[in-house]
Amino acid sequence: MPAPQANSGHATRPPEQQLRVASVADVSKTYYMGTLEVEVLHGISLDFYGGDYISIMGPSGCGKSTLMNILGCLDRPTTGAYFLGGEDTSKLKDDELSLIRGARLGFVFQSYNLIQQLDVLENIEMPLFYQGFSQAYSHRAAFQLAERVGLADRIHHKPFELSGGQQQRVAIARALAMDPLIILADEPTGNLDSRSGLEILDLFDELHEAGKTLILVTHSDELAERTSRRIRLLDGRVEQDERMGV
Amino acid sequence: MNEWVFDSLPPAPESRQRDRRSRFGWRISQITRLGVKSIFSHGLRSMLTVLGIVIGVAAVIAMLAVSEGASFEAQQQFRDLGANNILVKSVKPVAVEESSRLGFGPPQAIVYGLTHADIQTISDTIPGVSNVISSRIVKKNIWNLGNSMNVDVVGTAVDYPTSRNYGLRDGRFFSESEMRDHGNVVVLSQEAADALFPFENPLGQSVRIDSDYYDVVGIMESEGFSNLGQNQAGASNSAPARVFIPLTASRSRFGETTTRQTAGGMESETVELHEAVIQVDNQETVINVGEVIDQILQRRHKNVDYTIEIPLALLRQAEESALRDQIVAGAIAGISLLVGGIGIMNIMLASVTERTREIGIRRALGARKSDIITQFLVEAVILSAVGGLIGVVLGITIPFFISTFWGMTTIVTPVAPILAFSISAMIGVIFGIYPSIRAADMDPVEALRHE
Repeated sequence: MPAPQANSGHATRPPEQQLRVASVADVSKTYYMGTLEVEVLHGISLDFYGGDYISIMGPSGCGKSTLMNILGCLDRPTTGAYFLGGEDTSKLKDDELSLIRGARLGFVFQSYNLIQQLDVLENIEMPLFYQGFSQAYSHRAAFQLAERVGLADRIHHKPFELSGGQQQRVAIARALAMDPLIILADEPTGNLDSRSGLEILDLFDELHEAGKTLILVTHSDELAERTSRRIRLLDGRVEQDERMGV
Repeated sequence: MNEWVFDSLPPAPESRQRDRRSRFGWRISQITRLGVKSIFSHGLRSMLTVLGIVIGVAAVIAMLAVSEGASFEAQQQFRDLGANNILVKSVKPVAVEESSRLGFGPPQAIVYGLTHADIQTISDTIPGVSNVISSRIVKKNIWNLGNSMNVDVVGTAVDYPTSRNYGLRDGRFFSESEMRDHGNVVVLSQEAADALFPFENPLGQSVRIDSDYYDVVGIMESEGFSNLGQNQAGASNSAPARVFIPLTASRSRFGETTTRQTAGGMESETVELHEAVIQVDNQETVINVGEVIDQILQRRHKNVDYTIEIPLALLRQAEESALRDQIVAGAIAGISLLVGGIGIMNIMLASVTERTREIGIRRALGARKSDIITQFLVEAVILSAVGGLIGVVLGITIPFFISTFWGMTTIVTPVAPILAFSISAMIGVIFGIYPSIRAADMDPVEALRHE
């Protein structure tokens, strides 16, 4: 397994004691719109370590979402490599990518993205369902997760019966279902009022303390301030990658 | 230093292999439940979509039931006439009939029809003819005290009932010895028995025809199908009921000439035999024997004063036309099922577009393309199978109402509903494949961005 060189050029304090969970190596992404070529990412290299609490910020159009899609295995880089848990994702077939997404990654979206026809429990157990776990195990795990995010009494509610903050907590529980290597959150508080936004952020802090690896894409400084590593993108390049003392 | 995290990995993707059995049941129930939910969340839309399939399936079953019933009836009639039989009947030649209608001139004496010699020749020369039952049919009034009835008096042979699958209800048919002795015995049809002896048992009583008394020895079953067959086979002016006496008695009591008062004067007809049933021992040769009989009779008769009917040939025709009916029914049903299938495809495409975001979410959470295909395919199949089921129920009830209110015979064969239902389910698969593949082929990023 060709472990790529740790690119710690921008990181102020490479945590030697930590283990690498993912790394992007010289990744660029070009979109083709007819004859027009738009290069969104220009050779980005980043390493992510277990327990990292990362925010990715930058003006719109800087390539945040594209980077996020690549990190989430939803999109492939045009050049460069993305290693997740030691595996080169560019060599994987579509089905294997689906598997990886479900097993190694947890997604939290700005608009929650729960499935409306399913209740809380069913939404949470969906990653387990697609990974092929038994119904009994999935139910048990989903219930524990619902408990952990404080929704044990709402397990049979439908998403539209819940407040925004509650829905986002369901989404977080769902992201935790497979205990993924990385939890990717895209503007997780963007649709929430400040109070429930704070609750969600507190939940993220708790997850961080429990040792989870979180990557948050955000515009909000308030959110970024809580993170221990802040990456700033500008025009498809890493402009800044700083680690705050813990 | 800089090692990859492996120890703390969550249950790895190998877990797909785990619990495969329980997983399968869960999967199917989950996917099915989801499909049912999404169908019911658009109740009206789903119903309208399914209507095409419902109508198609109901139409197939109902049309097949009606045509099956009709052909059963027709075939029953011809079968009653006997598949091994050839019917030869006397008919008044057209030329003679016309001149007699004019009503001019002296009383006419017409001689036509089958003769005993004809029958003798046929049974002597054609191999394979096992028996010939010839009959004379004379219209007479039949009396029991004050009750009278106009009937066809059929003078015939002992084998008449067996040759026509025509059974006795009571008593017996006349015997060989009565035949030999020109016995005055009569077998009444059920209709005649009911009319002449409304309150008593006719067996052992006697009835009067002209000036002779005949002992009632038996009563036939209601003529039902047999009589219908008879009418269809040509005896258009037959009386409402028939009675049977030995052929020998008919000849000696009534003679061979009947005289009739017509508008223009007297008219007399001489007919030796009115009809003959020729039984052939091998069903394969029936049609050939029929041709030979035609040749023989052509040689022996100047005018065409006979008809030859081969029930088997008519049966074949009926079967052919039944097959044609079924092909037409099948084509109509096929077209409506096709239209129904297109409706399903249309609605599935709409559903895929509507649920683009859901597809994106599922893909992000680990659904493979095949998982998405399965989900939408199951939904399409549920949709068309529900339509098929409603169609089957309708298709079975409609023939029931048709036979109750119109008195038509309808037969729902078990094959029709099963076939129609499986075709409808198959249509779900066929017309669901394209929308499902479209759903699965969506780019997850695009799908997640979809509003």
